[in-house]
Order: sequence, then structure tokens, then C-alpha cells
Amino acid sequence: MIEQFQATFSDHIIAVEASDMPTFVIRKESVLPVLTQLFKEFKVQFLTDLCGIHYPDATPPMLGVVYHLHALTTNTRIRIKAFTPVSEPHFPSVVSLFSAANWMERETYDFFGIIFDGHPNLKRILNEDGMTYFPMRKEYPLEEGTRTDKDDAQFGREKIT
Amino acid sequence: MSNLVQAPEGVTGQGFFLTSVEKAVALARKNSIWPLPFATSCCGIEFMATMGSHYDFSRFGSERPSFSPRQADLLMVMGTVAKKLGPVLVQVYQQMAEPRWVLSMGACASSGGIFDTYSVLQGIDKVIPVDVYVPGCPPRPEQVIDGLMKIQDLVANESLRRRHSPEYKALLAGYGIE
Amino acid sequence: MSVTLNLGPTHPATHGVFQNIIEIDGETILSADSTIGYIHRAFEKLAEHRPYYQITPITDRLNYCSSPINNLGWHMTVEKLLGVTVPKRVDYMRVIIMELARISDHLICNSILGVDTGAFSGFLYLFQHREKIYEIYEEVCGARLTTNIGRIGGFERDFNDTFYIKINEFLDEFSEALTEFESLLTRNRIFMDRTIGAGGISAERALNYGFTGPNLRAAGVDYDVRVMNPYSSYEDFEFEIPVGTNGDCYDRYMVRNVEMWQSISIIKQALAKMPEGPYHADVPEFYLPPKQDVYQYMEALIYHFKIVMGEIPVPVGEVYHSVEGGNGEVGFYLVSDGGRSPFRLHFRRPSFINYQAYPELIVGGLLSDAILTLSSLNIIAGELDA
Repeated sequence: MIEQFQATFSDHIIAVEASDMPTFVIRKESVLPVLTQLFKEFKVQFLTDLCGIHYPDATPPMLGVVYHLHALTTNTRIRIKAFTPVSEPHFPSVVSLFSAANWMERETYDFFGIIFDGHPNLKRILNEDGMTYFPMRKEYPLEEGTRTDKDDAQFGREKIT
Repeated sequence: MSNLVQAPEGVTGQGFFLTSVEKAVALARKNSIWPLPFATSCCGIEFMATMGSHYDFSRFGSERPSFSPRQADLLMVMGTVAKKLGPVLVQVYQQMAEPRWVLSMGACASSGGIFDTYSVLQGIDKVIPVDVYVPGCPPRPEQVIDGLMKIQDLVANESLRRRHSPEYKALLAGYGIE
Repeated sequence: MSVTLNLGPTHPATHGVFQNIIEIDGETILSADSTIGYIHRAFEKLAEHRPYYQITPITDRLNYCSSPINNLGWHMTVEKLLGVTVPKRVDYMRVIIMELARISDHLICNSILGVDTGAFSGFLYLFQHREKIYEIYEEVCGARLTTNIGRIGGFERDFNDTFYIKINEFLDEFSEALTEFESLLTRNRIFMDRTIGAGGISAERALNYGFTGPNLRAAGVDYDVRVMNPYSSYEDFEFEIPVGTNGDCYDRYMVRNVEMWQSISIIKQALAKMPEGPYHADVPEFYLPPKQDVYQYMEALIYHFKIVMGEIPVPVGEVYHSVEGGNGEVGFYLVSDGGRSPFRLHFRRPSFINYQAYPELIVGGLLSDAILTLSSLNIIAGELDA
């Protein structure tokens, strides 16, 4: 499977990673063509999962989208990752291929601020509409910070890793 | 046949029983509390188990859980309340008619529980006044019934004039509810 | 002339807090728009601040009707990352607990579907048996609903004699109760008229929406994670995968019903051929040592300290593991950077993905069918919002 994929998409792949399933890092411009070809030729027609990830310590800081795909007829699972710098958080949307990606992309937008071009209804889904920041990015803390009744010194912590 | 419900204090005579209106009303109210199950998450499933035939909530008079706030006496908030749901909870509370009581079931409703995060309201008493807190994650049905019995005590001992008193009005004003 | 109806976050018929704003003309639905997030508890952010053991209680609260499946799925994910193999006995114990949880989840769904059509008695009959399942969980882990069951590498204690007595009693009594429940609803004229044809979906649309679990199997696709990517020795058991034709409410009800019978059969098979052996893997760095060793031996004391403080040696890497939950494929995507908490943990939640299709399922139907469709999709609010 890996060799076939590498042969067919050799000009789109940036890296191959060793993991529990075939994992490929591709350029974000190639996401839609690669997924479309996988859908039509290789019968990879089930989008298991779509999620975002934030690497603040990379140079430059990167936001990524991870696609987990599954070809049910051949029982092959494949993971595709694509990255973009935080300063330019645009990504192509795959809603035209998989209706399942609709809410998954909204959730990724809500958490990481990745803007999916071509999405029919890109607004926040889990958080309140008026929220001004993207909470899953690493720079934001877990608590909101408006609590007045909690004394961090009593809890023995200043900064949680 | 022995009495299932204890009679209030009063004077018994030949063919009459003398007590105060407050005590008679309290007896009727405490044995017919109609809850509004505001179930959001896991505590809701434990409430369903409490309502089921094994623990049987309805023997305390809560035979009819009412989903309409206009017809309910007790607002039971069961489960995590997110900040997005806060205004909805306040609206449901305002739609209830006096006298009304609030029971907060579970750690999440009482204080935010294990979810000290940016999206969870850290306790419903930040938005509405609460009468009884039932701790637990989720509380066992016996604990919920204990909470209901404490509500029954509150109902039994409440003065008929409490809801019009200045302290109560100040309490509601503190929450911004008129 | 259309009316906008707010099937608001608090509604007796929506089992959980989600809102639907629907446009109706008479009783026919013209369009629908769903809003969720009313119970968003930020599990994924919370998981980045907790050591691996403390994430198990969070996974409990995903699909809280069948929390052992989430717990054990999470433990299997961590074991996959660490490269730990558990003994066969642990696999069989896990299968028994997961199938009990599946029965417990389907019990709620089917009985609440009955309540929504107006048949309240079935709910009361079946909830009695959920109490018995709770007692069985209590024998293993001490808790009823949010179980936090198991450890990384196995279980915290072996099944004791009371467990075997209780589970055998349960299997006998539940078979009778389920037959009784079926006689109430399965060939009931009113129930069939209400559910057949309501909220149907075709197999291609279901696959495109990412449906899994009973909702997909009712549409005709026999995709079950236990068979396609077997985990925890599921390949040793013989069971059938029930499949429907139309994907409507009646097919979903029937699929869940037959799955309950299949789960009973799997539990009986597991009890019959349960292998002897230890109830946990020999991984002292991840599994708490017995307390008497902690008080006597230095290594045990050090392991205990490190595990409780959360300093367990986790390799750098990423892994995706999925289990067949009550609603479908529950997936855990774990990215580790070697620290004491995951770098990124994402839950693939079937209720979230199934609920996307809800507007498409109800448009063109009647309002009462919309309520039944929502109930038969088995949307659990905790899993929806995470």
C-alpha cells in the first residue's frame, strides 16, 4: 500500500512517517486532488476522522490538519497530514467529497482557527459564537481566568506543563 | 391503618382538627413536589435510574415530572451546565411560578465538578439561587432521594410570606432576576 | 406559510441538550438547522493537562451510557502506543465488560424509543436490568455509571465469585426480560406504523456522512470494527452482524435488539472458555504494584511513586485506535511527545458525526417522525460535544 501510494502521488508527498498505519505528509494545496484521486481510484471512500493540531515550537509555528481515511472494501487505513504556518491559516475544504467533513471542519475551525475555503457554513460549533480566541491553541490556558475564588498558590501550582 | 404521612402539630378534638393554614399548606406542598428534570449529562442517567422502579422517586409525591416550567415546583439541574447553556437555565428558572426550589445534582452543577475549563459554568449558583446541593459524580440514587427529602424539609418549614419578604427580593436582585 | 419552531436545548423529547430550529408547514418539515455545544466540556484541552491515568475518568463522560467501552478503548490506545501486550485472560475479561456495556447502551436507546412513541412500560421493565448491570460493574470497579474501570495493562482486580454469580443470574433473567420487551414492541401495530419509513437513509449517503455502528448497519452496510479490525481477541468469538435494509427507525431498533442477543451470546462464550492467567500485564512501569509490595520493596515503592505522580515513560509517537462503541466507531487519536500528558488527544465521537445528517434525515417528514429519528439515532450529549 505504501509503495503504491508513494508511486502514484510522489510529487505531492513531503514525508512518510513510521507509525501504526501508513502516514503521509503532503502539501496543503495537494489535499483536495490527492483525496479525490484516492476516493475515485483507490476506493478510499470513508472519512474516519479529521482533526487539527498545533505545533507552536516549530519554525515557523505550524497548524496542521490530520485526515484519517479508511477503504472499507480493502480494509486499509491511511493517515494524511498537511500543515500550514499559523500566519496563513487557510486550508482547502473536503466537504465536496465527504459530507462527514462538514462538522469536523467546523470543529477544527472552532478549536484552532483554521479557515477552510469552500466550506458552506464555517462558523463556531461547540463554543459560543462570541468567543474571540481559538482555545485549543497551545498558548491559551485551560481555565478561563475569570474565577476569583481559586488561589493558585494553595493548589501548589504556578504554571502547569 | 397507620398514617403514611405524619400529621402536623395541632389540636385534635371530637370531629375536628385545628392547625394553622401554614402547616396544612406545607403538608400538602411537601408531599406533592413536581420536579422539572433539567438533565444535561451523566447525572441525567442516574436520575432516570432514580425514577425507575428500583429506587422509585414517585413515592415521595413526585409522580409527575413536568417538563413545562409553568407547572413545576422543583428545578433539578442534573449535569454539567456550560456557559452557553447558562442563559437558557436562567430563562427556565424565570418561567417557573413561585414557590419554586432548586436542587443541584452532581458535582458539575454544584461547582463545575472535574471540568475546570474555559467553557463550563463553575456551579449553577453563579446564575440562579440554589436550595440543596447533592454532591457526587454521579450521586447514587439514594443520595438524590436524600436531597429530595431535604427539599421536603425546606418546603415544610417555609413561611407563606417568604417569597414576598425583602430578603428574598434582595437575593433575586443579586442574581439579576426580577 | 411556514412557522419557525425552536426545538430548544431543553425539551422533553430531546434526550440531551441540543437545539434544532426547524421551519414547518403544518406538520411537514421544510428545513432544519442544528446547534450544539450546550454541554461542551473541553475534553481535548483537559486531556493535554492530565497524566495518562487521569484521562480515564474523562473518557467515562463521553458516552456515559456505556462508559466501560470508552475506558477500555482508551487503555488499549495507550497500550498500543507503549507496545504492551496483555494476557489472554485480560482480553476475555475486557470483552465481557464491553459487551455488558453495549447491552446497557442499547437498553436505554430502545426503551426510550418506546417512551417516545408512548409506550412507557418497556422502559420500566428494562431499567430494572440496568440496575443488575450496575451491580456487576460494582463488583469489578466499585462504581455504577462512570466506571473508570480497568488499568493500563489489565484490570485492578480479578473477577470474584460474586461477579460470576451475578452475571449468570443476569444472563438468565435478562433473556426472559428481553423476550418480554420484544413482545411489547417488535410486532406492535402502532410502533411499526410509527417507525417504519421514518428517518430513512440510504447506504451511500450514510457512508458519505461517516455513519458507523447500528445506524450504518441499519442502512445495509455490515461494517463492525470488532470484525474488520479485531481488538482484544474478538476474533475468537462467533457472532453475527445484524444488517437492515432501509435505515429507518424500525431497522435501527431491530439492529440494536439483535445486537443485544448477540452480546448475550458473546458473554456466554467468553465465560465458558475464559483462560486462566494473570489479570494484568507485567508492566511495572505503568501498572500500580500491589500495596504490600509497596511497603516492603524499594522498586515497588519507586514505581508506585512515579506512576501516581504521572512520570511514566511514554515513547514519542502517534497512534489511532478505535473500538466498536454503542453508537459506532469510537476512535482515539493520541499524539505523544514523551511528556507526562498527551501532546494532542482527539476523540472520534460517533454521535457527533451521526448528528450531522439529522437535517437531511428529517426534511420532508413529519414533526413527530423527527422526534423519533432523533431518539433512534441515539445521540448522547456527552459524546456529541466532548
